[in-house]
Amino acid sequence: MTRRGRVVLKVVIWAACLAPLAWLGHRAWDGDLTANPISFITNWLGDWTLRILLTSLSMTPLRVLFRWSWPITLRRLLGLFAFLYVTLHFSTWLVLDHFFAWREMWADIVKRPYITVGMAALVLMIPLAATSTAWAIRRLGGANWQRLHRLAYLIGVCAVLHYLWLAKKANPDPYYYAAWLLVLLAIRAGDWVRRRAVRLSAAPRPAPQRGEGV
Amino acid sequence: MLIKRGSDIKSREITDRALYLDRRAFMAGAAALALAPGAARAAAPAGGPPLAATRNPTFTLPDTPTKFQDATTYNNFYEFGMNKDDPAQLAGSFKPRSWKVQVDGLAQKPKTFDLDDVLRMAPLEERVYRLRCVEGWSMVIPWIGFPLSTLLKRVEPTGAAKYVEFTTLLDPEQFPGQRKGFLSFGGLDWPYTEGLRLDEAMHPLTLLTVGMYGQVLPNQNGAPIRVVIPWKYGFKSAKSVVRIRLTSDEPKTAWNKAAPQEYGFYSNVNPKVDHPRWSQATERRIGEFRRRETLMFNGYGDQVASLYTNLDLKKFY
Repeated sequence: MTRRGRVVLKVVIWAACLAPLAWLGHRAWDGDLTANPISFITNWLGDWTLRILLTSLSMTPLRVLFRWSWPITLRRLLGLFAFLYVTLHFSTWLVLDHFFAWREMWADIVKRPYITVGMAALVLMIPLAATSTAWAIRRLGGANWQRLHRLAYLIGVCAVLHYLWLAKKANPDPYYYAAWLLVLLAIRAGDWVRRRAVRLSAAPRPAPQRGEGV
Repeated sequence: MLIKRGSDIKSREITDRALYLDRRAFMAGAAALALAPGAARAAAPAGGPPLAATRNPTFTLPDTPTKFQDATTYNNFYEFGMNKDDPAQLAGSFKPRSWKVQVDGLAQKPKTFDLDDVLRMAPLEERVYRLRCVEGWSMVIPWIGFPLSTLLKRVEPTGAAKYVEFTTLLDPEQFPGQRKGFLSFGGLDWPYTEGLRLDEAMHPLTLLTVGMYGQVLPNQNGAPIRVVIPWKYGFKSAKSVVRIRLTSDEPKTAWNKAAPQEYGFYSNVNPKVDHPRWSQATERRIGEFRRRETLMFNGYGDQVASLYTNLDLKKFY
């Protein structure tokens, strides 16, 4: 892809990821945040965290499936937007919902599995966001960095469980996200098996390029 | 399948609801003044046809009633859809007339009542009740109706009757949430059924409800007839009821069938018994910012605690 194409792609991602926030701002301005604004804001931010997170996790599978390289250039941007949304989602819970009632919140984190996994996903995202710079990659070394960033899949699992466990039985939405994640994991697993087979059968030859540059 | 339907009309093209309500209020006010100057209600919010009722001073609350706008746009009524705003958006074409309620089962005089007969059965009272949703939010609503016991006595329950089962209308034509689609799974078994022990159903607090906020019950709130049991979580209060059946065995209830470990038959509001997935100790009153403490039996303990003296409320949640 040309440099121009990559720039256009990034602009599109920026616009797409900021649009839900802009829409939320617009509804707040209109006083149209439903009868239960705090719940509406929390759910809105949570939904978009999950969508952006799963989109960021879809980039590598896209490359695996179609041998495109451009999706890889979008992973970091999408991952950081997911981090922005999860931070806002958490802040809404902390400030608007519970108003710094630490004890109550800690009790919930320990006692409610859906909050436990949600918190786990949030905490695991911090080191990933912190090591998203080129400097951090150099500092850690590519292999270490890559190992660390495989946590993204664990984060995806925690985030999907968070929604599955909090939603009412009658709500089918969390199952769609779970299906999305399972497809991604299946593609990665299939690719891992294929690579292993290639490596084993062609051991003397130089290993195929991994090409997992950032 | 649940399809999110966007309205064809842009929201900005619709008359602002406040303006629209003002206009209705003006018309209703003018009509009230013209017809019965002495009976003009103070600040009756309008929206639907007015329904006259006498405020019952025994059932008032110091709490400020929830805004009419909030009480009619933030609803759990899965027959219309899973989202809180689905009922308000999709209930417009619902036909609450004509309507019949079949009251039968273990009764000496089972009967199918026309809605008009029900409306004439007893003087309509206005009662302000707290409403606590199992999800952790609450409202304060001025309902209009009369005690369910009045209706039940009409059919003369037999000695074998121990429970009452309520059934909501089954009509996928009118209730999009009841339609079976290609991707629909999960969900509830339709029709929606709920139930009470006979002594709970006969309790003076249990209200057969046909209106709220001085008007005929809006479609999204369970028109034309529903029950309201203020000391239980909101889902116990069945909406758009077509059948009331007296039984000897505990009736199967919709949410209990869907998730038995989460929703029991009793479902009394109880801050000490958590939902398996969240605490019930606090609630957010719609219109307020800070959470407030949830009260035992939703604050109706004085009236109803005696119903449960020999019942382990942790076990029978």
